[in-house]
Amino acid sequence: MGLFLLRRGAEAFATLFVLTFVIFLLARLVGDPVPLILGTEATPEDMQFLRKQFGLDKPMVVQYLNFLANIVQGDFGTSFRYRVSAMGLVLPALWATFKLVGSAMVLSVCIGLPLGILSSMKPRGLLSRLVGWYAAAGESIPSFWFALMLMLVFAVTLGVLPSSGYGTWQHYVLPVTTLALFSSASLAALTRANMVNALQSDFVKMERNLGLPELVIVFKHALRNASLPIITYLGLQFGVLLGGAVVTERIFAWPGVGQVLVEAIFTRDFPIIQAGVLVTAFCFMLINLGVDALATVLDPRVRQ
Amino acid sequence: MSSQYGSLMSGGFTWLRKSGRPPWLATLVCLLLVVAAVFGTSLTPYTSTSIDFEAVLLPPAWEADGLLRHPLGTDQLGRDVVSRLLAGAQVSLMVAAAAVLFGGILGTFIGLIAGYFGGIVGSLLARLTDAFLALPFILMALALVSALGPGLGNIIIVMILTNWARYARLVRSEVLGIKERDFVLLARIAGVSRVKIALRHVLPNAINSVAILAVLDIGRAMILESALSFLGLGVQPPSVSWGVMLADSKSLMGFAWWLAVFPGLAIFLSVLSFSALGDWLNTKLDPHHGR
Repeated sequence: MGLFLLRRGAEAFATLFVLTFVIFLLARLVGDPVPLILGTEATPEDMQFLRKQFGLDKPMVVQYLNFLANIVQGDFGTSFRYRVSAMGLVLPALWATFKLVGSAMVLSVCIGLPLGILSSMKPRGLLSRLVGWYAAAGESIPSFWFALMLMLVFAVTLGVLPSSGYGTWQHYVLPVTTLALFSSASLAALTRANMVNALQSDFVKMERNLGLPELVIVFKHALRNASLPIITYLGLQFGVLLGGAVVTERIFAWPGVGQVLVEAIFTRDFPIIQAGVLVTAFCFMLINLGVDALATVLDPRVRQ
Repeated sequence: MSSQYGSLMSGGFTWLRKSGRPPWLATLVCLLLVVAAVFGTSLTPYTSTSIDFEAVLLPPAWEADGLLRHPLGTDQLGRDVVSRLLAGAQVSLMVAAAAVLFGGILGTFIGLIAGYFGGIVGSLLARLTDAFLALPFILMALALVSALGPGLGNIIIVMILTNWARYARLVRSEVLGIKERDFVLLARIAGVSRVKIALRHVLPNAINSVAILAVLDIGRAMILESALSFLGLGVQPPSVSWGVMLADSKSLMGFAWWLAVFPGLAIFLSVLSFSALGDWLNTKLDPHHGR
């Protein structure tokens, strides 16, 4: 098991390393930040001076190696625009995103898991069909449109919830609902599929013959067998949402990492782009690794 | 948002239908969409950009102030919503189809190389694929758009670059399994060259999954295009896509609900139909799928 995780860890590390290169190139693809900062009236000397200050005058290879060397020392650079540590800007934003995504995940589990379990008990029943439609809708409704519709109903027409901002619990309701629509729907479908499989397996048939209460069979034995893909999916989904809440954050003016990154892309603030994407990707991989570890604990078959 | 892009192959529709029956309604919607995209703009009396200040912000025809000649109302410049929806169908579907087609081809070949030939190049390509998949999808698209500039051609390029990795990973994992099978071994013993085996014997066996992913992906690509256009980074006015229409609608939401509702419904229905179709193909074409 240790070996398995070690290999996964090494793979993740290699991917991160490749990622530093992709990010570095991607950030530079965005364009030259210097004219943007100095404006159109700057002299070539001024521009050259600022380039030198940012280290942008050196060849790309040297810039990349410097970037790597600094990361190893925990230094992700200084924001071109705000002149403060890039990490200092990214981390609070990451925390805001974390709270948003975390709430959305909790809501998804509260909705998706019971729906999935209950519908699996009658695979051809009405609830099953409803869950099917819910899953299909969750996957096909563009979430930014869903956000607009929520705003239209609850903020514009009814006026009961704020349409944007950050702070009180009311601000959470609409963005969290937006994010949870998709993940709760797919979680319900996934749970149902795995529970249906588990409930058809031989051990369940045997337990039914032995006369065990149906509730014990479903919630204790079948659920445990169906839990692995669910946990894996939740981990993946959390990671994906961490980096992917961008549009939701934009619509609801949530001060998360997506907002910070979008702004950094527009202002060509390389250090923030690099720090933000790397930290997000790092969290994503850490979560995946954690999920892998959990999977090996829960299911010995994975270890092989 | 990009939750929808990281989506697994759904399977959500499979238990909604009686076994094996093709999703006729979804197929019909897909066909209608294609017809609308090809001929739609020549059927309407207005063009997507014809401005009419006599008919500004008209509600749909069934509302009290609505007019029958603008069934779904007009926007703040008096442009007919139906005409714009049809013109938008053209752009949205074209961008999505191009992105899926070229992204699929690129990813398939990278996945084939990574899976079949292995070695240093293979593992490097596998890591590159993982790196692209670990990047927040929409952020990468944003960075690329700000590098290339918005516009129809660029948005397609961006979507290809953000799309290939999913195909690469799928094809790589398929190929890793296929290349251990006996017929590949026999071909090698018979002296067939490695390139020829890869193209003639391995690739055709992986192509079904690619086709399924591609159909499922059209909906996803439509959502991505509309999201980028919604953020002002995709299709640019006066060109119109459903995302552009939604972006325009946001500031008018208090006065004109129809501008926000109909383009979104159009996206929703299209994506739903393509997913249902892809799902059905999945059960039909995939031998691993029970049945």
